[in-house]
Amino acid sequence: MLKTVFKAVAIAASASLLAFSAQAADVIKIGQVAPKSGPLAGGAAVTQWPNVELWSKQVNAAGGLNVGGKKMMVEIIEYDDKTNPGEHIKAAQRLAEVDKVDFIIAPYGTGFNLAAAPIYAKYGYPQIGVSAISDKMPELTARYDNLFFTLGNTTSFTESVVEILSDMRAAGTIGNRVAMVNVADAFGIELAEAARPRMKEAGFEIVYDKSYPLGTPDLSPIIKGAKDSNPDAFVAWSYPPDTFGLTEQAIIQDLDVKMYYTAVATCFPAFKGKFGSKVEGVFGAGGVNQDSARIQEYFKAHQEITGKAADGWASANTYVSLEILGQAIEGAGTLDRKVVTQYIKDNTFDTIMGPISFEGQISNKFWTVGQWQDGKFRGVKSSQMDGAAPIVVKDGWN
Amino acid sequence: MDIIITGLLLGGTYALIAFGLNMQYGVARIMNLANGEFLVLGALAAFWIFLADAISPILTMLIVAPLAFFGNWVIYKVLLRPLVRRAKNQGQLEVDSILATFGMSFALVGIMVSIHGEYFTYSYLAEPFEIVGETFALNRIVAFCFAVLIGGALWLWLYFTRPGMAMRAVSVSTEASGLVGINVPRMSALAFALGGAVTTMGGTLISTFITLDASVGVIFTMKALIIIIMGGVGDIRGAIVAAVILGLVETTVARLIDPGLTLAAAYAIFVLVLLFRPQGLFGRRPT
Repeated sequence: MLKTVFKAVAIAASASLLAFSAQAADVIKIGQVAPKSGPLAGGAAVTQWPNVELWSKQVNAAGGLNVGGKKMMVEIIEYDDKTNPGEHIKAAQRLAEVDKVDFIIAPYGTGFNLAAAPIYAKYGYPQIGVSAISDKMPELTARYDNLFFTLGNTTSFTESVVEILSDMRAAGTIGNRVAMVNVADAFGIELAEAARPRMKEAGFEIVYDKSYPLGTPDLSPIIKGAKDSNPDAFVAWSYPPDTFGLTEQAIIQDLDVKMYYTAVATCFPAFKGKFGSKVEGVFGAGGVNQDSARIQEYFKAHQEITGKAADGWASANTYVSLEILGQAIEGAGTLDRKVVTQYIKDNTFDTIMGPISFEGQISNKFWTVGQWQDGKFRGVKSSQMDGAAPIVVKDGWN
Repeated sequence: MDIIITGLLLGGTYALIAFGLNMQYGVARIMNLANGEFLVLGALAAFWIFLADAISPILTMLIVAPLAFFGNWVIYKVLLRPLVRRAKNQGQLEVDSILATFGMSFALVGIMVSIHGEYFTYSYLAEPFEIVGETFALNRIVAFCFAVLIGGALWLWLYFTRPGMAMRAVSVSTEASGLVGINVPRMSALAFALGGAVTTMGGTLISTFITLDASVGVIFTMKALIIIIMGGVGDIRGAIVAAVILGLVETTVARLIDPGLTLAAAYAIFVLVLLFRPQGLFGRRPT
């Protein structure tokens, strides 16, 4: 028994060695650890994995990346982190030690980007974080000089929501009464805590302020409670399953507010798929410039190559992070991770979201709030992005 | 009034989650950790067929139930029966079946991820429905009605028919019921298959109002476990009562105190039951 096991291991090892030596010459190995199962898998299946597929296929269709005059194809090595930080670290170590990948694509999810930062820093992989929103970014980038952030921070996301509330109040559309709920999870709590003082400062009265556990099966008591408080606006710092659940209940209970905001997954194609024309006027986290020719081209390629629609927010940012990685490898002309990391810090990249550069390893060009308008999720508030659409006033659930 | 109805509706949902595992654990003695995955499988079927052809999940449920029955029958016969035969006592069977079904749950998650890795979300009967001046979701009411139907049918069958009585006998004691001429292996397979079918039906119903994804099954397994342990293993009445208590308590806490405390309240009740009636509300004291 033991003997056969040894034999099998030996054969497997020699086979992988052979494969390695045959491929090492002309292939850039790029690793990706992200959830394929577990609570975050549903989001990663929309935002993360399709872009990895799209980008690698496009690069290889174009003959690969030009590394110092030599065309090299990219090979993606994927692992499922099962939405478990421990699994993620193990898989990341495997990528570095066993697969010996040249680069990695940053993890999916705020917690995972933070948890994996030390390990990627240890091996010197540039980590261009996308799905990570935190106010701790400057501290983290000071500690890890290979870590980059591109999707924005908690402050800007909450400030944009308060700006919209203030704009609508100035226009006489809404009054002062805001109902705010959040999912009792790191993300929801951080955003609610950031929003609370800002709303009060802007003179809003938070008439309903509750949190609910992740995975609450019935959200109708929350919507009923919010409705009873008679609000002018409803803001939910929510995650995908509850974004869907709260909105369904809001429609059923006819929570008729002029300003309705749910956070993550409002921009997903499935949101419109579920609620159809009722999404009109709904605000959500993120946004994208639907009128940009390059974004439209990207959406088309996304649909054609991956067979699914991109979301109205971080899909584009995720693709941009891969564009940056590719351009940095070509620009640096080497697979040396130190040189590539330095190249990312020093240069401006031409992406589907326009030119992107990093200031202290943080990009300040991102969308913060979007709104469903005529069946499209359009960016209405941003940090330094062009093409924000004017806000429309929501008129019931039709 | 509003709280009572909302709580009852949620209790109906919980009952749908727990019926199947109750049969599988209570009668067939299989602690099926893949129970939640079968529920999600039902939801996936409903979602998939709805998106492809706009076929009502209720219809899907009727198609899926016999398939799930057959699938679970085969699983029991091929995968679990050898464990039952090998086990020297109840404890060993429990350990073996937990390990086997735990592995099965991973395989099922993998299959479902490869079919549809995103959220299963669609809109079916998401319409307001008024009862005594309060608004409720129609899809929840439909699911509740089916929970009542399924629960009622199971109860009638278990308490007023011969095979039902045989099944209850097996749940009391496998040895004794074998001695009085009950075909225990056959009854166990039937209970396991029936449990699987009911769980899958619950999944198709629940998918009309809860957004699921391929990996969410374990949450339902845990909830089902809490309910059947609270109600008493193998007793359908216990599962119903426990589910309704949980639904009422969670809704009352969410409306009157704070939605953030629903889980804490549910577990507090669970701990109280375990402290004062460790065999469950309707359970028999071990002799």
